[in-house]
Amino acid sequence: MPSTTTTARGAVAFARHTLSGLQMLIAFTVVLGLLYPVAVTAVGQLAMPWQANGSLVRADGSRAEGREDGEVVGSLLMAQGFEGPEWFHPRPSAADYDTLASGGSNLGPESPELVAAIEERRASVAADNGVPVSAVPADAVTASSSGLDPHISPAYARLQVERVASARGLPVEQVEALVREHSAARALGVLGDPRVHVLSLNLELDALG
Amino acid sequence: MGLVDTVLPALAQVGLLVALLALAHRPFGAYMAAVYTTTRRGRVESAWYRATGVDPDVDQRWSSYLVSLLGFSCVSVLGLYALGRLQGALPLSLGLPGADPAGAWNFAVSFTTNTNWQWYSGESTAGHLLQMAGFTVQNFVSAAVGLAVAVALVRGFARSRGDGRIGNFWVDLTRGVTRILLPISFLAALVLMAGGVIQTFDPHTATTTLTGGTQHLLGGPVASQEAIKELGTNGGGFFNANSSHPFENPNAVTNLLEIFLLLLIPSALPRTFGLMVDDRRQGWAILGVMGGLWAALVLATTWAELAGAGSAPQAAGAAMEGKEVRFGLATSALFAASTTATSTGAVNSMHDSFTGAGGGTVLFAMLLGEVVPGGVGAGLYGMLMLAVVAVFLAGLMVGRTPEYLGKKIGQREITLVALYVLVTPSLVLVGTALSVVLAPGLDGIQEPGPHGLSEVMYAFASAANNNGSAFAGLSTGTPYYNILLGLAMLLGRFVPIALVLALAGRLAAQPSLPASAGTLPTHRPTFVALLGSTVLVVAGLTFIPALSLGPIAEALS
Repeated sequence: MPSTTTTARGAVAFARHTLSGLQMLIAFTVVLGLLYPVAVTAVGQLAMPWQANGSLVRADGSRAEGREDGEVVGSLLMAQGFEGPEWFHPRPSAADYDTLASGGSNLGPESPELVAAIEERRASVAADNGVPVSAVPADAVTASSSGLDPHISPAYARLQVERVASARGLPVEQVEALVREHSAARALGVLGDPRVHVLSLNLELDALG
Repeated sequence: MGLVDTVLPALAQVGLLVALLALAHRPFGAYMAAVYTTTRRGRVESAWYRATGVDPDVDQRWSSYLVSLLGFSCVSVLGLYALGRLQGALPLSLGLPGADPAGAWNFAVSFTTNTNWQWYSGESTAGHLLQMAGFTVQNFVSAAVGLAVAVALVRGFARSRGDGRIGNFWVDLTRGVTRILLPISFLAALVLMAGGVIQTFDPHTATTTLTGGTQHLLGGPVASQEAIKELGTNGGGFFNANSSHPFENPNAVTNLLEIFLLLLIPSALPRTFGLMVDDRRQGWAILGVMGGLWAALVLATTWAELAGAGSAPQAAGAAMEGKEVRFGLATSALFAASTTATSTGAVNSMHDSFTGAGGGTVLFAMLLGEVVPGGVGAGLYGMLMLAVVAVFLAGLMVGRTPEYLGKKIGQREITLVALYVLVTPSLVLVGTALSVVLAPGLDGIQEPGPHGLSEVMYAFASAANNNGSAFAGLSTGTPYYNILLGLAMLLGRFVPIALVLALAGRLAAQPSLPASAGTLPTHRPTFVALLGSTVLVVAGLTFIPALSLGPIAEALS
């Protein structure tokens, strides 16, 4: 058993260290919690306001520097829930494309609920696009991690070309060319996966009328 | 899976990442060694110590070092708890209310212990002030605490005076933040912003979409937090979807930068260690074990996700549930293995939806004790503790008194190490066992059967190892899980730290012995293999029974 004087001395030492800790925490909060984020914000707002404000776009596809712009229809980084035959559709979203509720389904690989959802989506995507169920790619029937995935695979885009072209009365070749224009390969040839950007593709289709 | 279009890019991106880390290894490892050994102080640094009432010239014993560390962490928990509870009354709250007591306790402990377990969604719980002045600050200082403990342990080995002094906590904390974490975070934040990570004080406001729907435009100082979230191996997302959220991680290049940041300090610290003990070969040996096991985990996870076994992946055609198209299978797997092996816990894909084998591998990565290469500082001190175990085992085999780096490993030393090894497994297994027999624990489980057990075990492994990633199907925002996981995080962080510092103190109190003919060389491949096996055996023997009932049963079913 430690004697009472040792215990008391320990308590005093702890109090003294804790006081130093408090002073240092306050100083760190000023530097790291206020000055640092404000400095990064200042550089961002001066040097790259479009990116720092969320890659916002207007209906004509042009960039809007901030949301005060008034004509902003969304962010190029956020999926929007397009429905109807005249649009390219994004991936399923466990968040229902709500940016205030990002996230995935978190259903496991053996989940009966997930398997059922996949089968249902597969049938509905196949019916919407008039293709056999075996032609539907994986990203079309699975919910993304963020629920806000702005991309689809090139295979899923190709699947939707004829439907969109016929709904808009456009030649298939023209829509195919637009899909190519809004496609990207792996970054540096190795990073990530090839993809097609849904919102920018739909913005351009919309501009065509 | 096609060889040319999937496997080759998958391997090439690992090669690219390793090349970048290799470039940084020597200069950055040397820089960190200089930061923690130089006695020179600039005017600003001296003024900082005066302003905070600290005497930087005191060389502390381990007990004093520990009391400083605990005192600082104690006010950190209390400060963050207060910020969380009072949020509604503070500016920049975006109209969000304060957190409930159990919830505030959980995130206060979570961020102070470098765990960043998150029961809440950032976008609907934390306003800008709590994110910046609370979470961002703890992201920095909790990482610097980890670094300080690692450096203190290395000093225990390196110092030969035998006076038991292991450095000054306040100086180590200050230097880790101001000379290592802050400058790199600032630069990384700028690069992330250029890639599309947002940085604004705007609130979340509604806008009308192209088709006439409503969507909220999000605001927030995200880039400044994202940078330190990865660099400090913290992992707490600004948004619920963490690094899979397009505003936290907009493309494959920012993704590579984020993986690079979370591996940067843990992979360079062995160099720092080698320089501080004045034998760089010792650092290479430690790095060899860390790198070999990390590579094995990356390859296993990548293979599992590309192969896509399991009912749901088979039904879909690939394991794309819970993954983003811009990352795809392989880049998601690389992130997953790296974030769990470094105790970061950020995710760019939902681990709960991984294949049985892939999810099991990332769980195993945490159960290894977060040492391959582990969290900032925590990875190095964890690995050095296991190196003492390996030296001890080798000593038993040949019947000599074991020694490591010139310090004798006697009964007291090995007792401290044994206790260290036992702390986290006890927390994981006891916590998991309680939660699958108590009603409030069972209520949180989303899926019955082996996957449900995996969900609970993943949660406690994540908390006790200060990782913070989740099988997020488990509903953990309840008072039961918030309180219990908070305790697991607190004990899983500070009990091991106390034992590490106690060992550092005992080592520093010994004069260094010259190596003799009977000394086990600890820089040769034999020792690398011995240490690698020790890591695997300690984790394996502890957890395989529980793993067989969870992910192993699931992968075999």
